[in-house]
Amino acid sequence: MPAYARRVGIVLWKDLLVERRSKESLNALLFFGLLLLFLFQFSLGPDRARLESALPGLLWLGFVLAGLLGLGRSFLAERENDCSEGLLLTPGDKSAIYLGKLAANICVMGVVEIVILALFGLFFDVDLARGLPGLAVILPLGTVGLAAVGTLFAAVTAQVRARELLFPVLLLPIQVPVLLATVSATQVALAGQPLADAGPWLQLLAGADIVYLVIGLLTFEFVLEG
Amino acid sequence: MMPRSATTRVLGWLALLALLVGLGLAFGYAPRESIQGNVQRIMYVHVPAVLTAYLAFVLVLVGSIGYLASARAGWDRLAAGAAELGVLFTGITIASGSIWGKPTWGTWWTWDARLTSTAILFLVYVGYLLLRAMVDEPERRGRFAAVVGIVGAANIPIVHFSVKWWRALHQPSTILGPEPSPIAAPIAAALAANWAAFTLLFVYLLVRRIEIARLEEAAFLGGARAR
Repeated sequence: MPAYARRVGIVLWKDLLVERRSKESLNALLFFGLLLLFLFQFSLGPDRARLESALPGLLWLGFVLAGLLGLGRSFLAERENDCSEGLLLTPGDKSAIYLGKLAANICVMGVVEIVILALFGLFFDVDLARGLPGLAVILPLGTVGLAAVGTLFAAVTAQVRARELLFPVLLLPIQVPVLLATVSATQVALAGQPLADAGPWLQLLAGADIVYLVIGLLTFEFVLEG
Repeated sequence: MMPRSATTRVLGWLALLALLVGLGLAFGYAPRESIQGNVQRIMYVHVPAVLTAYLAFVLVLVGSIGYLASARAGWDRLAAGAAELGVLFTGITIASGSIWGKPTWGTWWTWDARLTSTAILFLVYVGYLLLRAMVDEPERRGRFAAVVGIVGAANIPIVHFSVKWWRALHQPSTILGPEPSPIAAPIAAALAANWAAFTLLFVYLLVRRIEIARLEEAAFLGGARAR
């Protein structure tokens, strides 16, 4: 088990190091988040009440769209640099690669989400403070759900024609429950209600996260070989 | 080879016969519904189609797990054929429900829980078929598709609950529910006959589809070897 955890850690460390040196995903994703903000503002108009009521949906739409771009690239660095074999040579259970990649994705997505959240609060002039404790629970649960399936599907589509098209087409329908649950729970949190009001949604999210993680761990080796 | 295709042919004729009998029962034997009128007869297509689609998606899951566990191409062909037919029958379900919904609910489409989850099911498996279309090599295609098939199937209960809490308007299921069915006997009989007919049709099409997939793969591998 320690060896397994160490392998997960090495993949995670490698991905974060590559990201820190190249800043390939993070910079573009943060800029993309800012662009989305403008798009939402332009398409909804300046009416503040309307923006505020649509905010939970817009927020998660932003996270999902950024996720589509970021997660879809999970396995492209290895592919573009011809070092997929290096990854494949990881000894032992291949699911360690999955967990390491997933952890790296969650880190990057987490940073992007926090920045997008802050930008939304700033530009739409919303008081996020009372929603923050709730969001601190909802955000990680939603991100794990999104990234768990996203990382698995990214490994599939990285090896397939028309991957930019196929990745969202596969991921989005699967993510409908995560989107419904996170948006509903965020609505509760931003309205200042106690998080217990969103209890069933959080349970559903946690359940979905576990299901996605287990399937990812079990099936990942079939995606990699060959 | 010969006896197998003869059995398939018999199955095909049986399916056709059953469909005709089902049609006859739906229009001749089952009474006209007192409130909805003849529109209600769409149910004889709608309900068997959705039950057949469920059967198909269960088979996709079975085929996917079987393929990952054994790496035998037959499992993958089962999953692929069942997925195509599942999408077909889900499409029939949505279309027939829509035609029924316009006169009954007054709208072609509404974001009710069941409608939405059926539509999501449709989208998930259309994605599955798109993925299959993007990979030529049968072995890789089988592995990738199986992973997506398993995620899609495991997602069905999650979608079900999330969408149910989101909203509900559709009448609860009368035949799969826990209470004794309140459907009048002739209507139930016509429904059962149509269900059986749809299932026969499904099995027939599935057998044919698997056979075609086997020939396609043989041709692909043969072509690869010749090159």
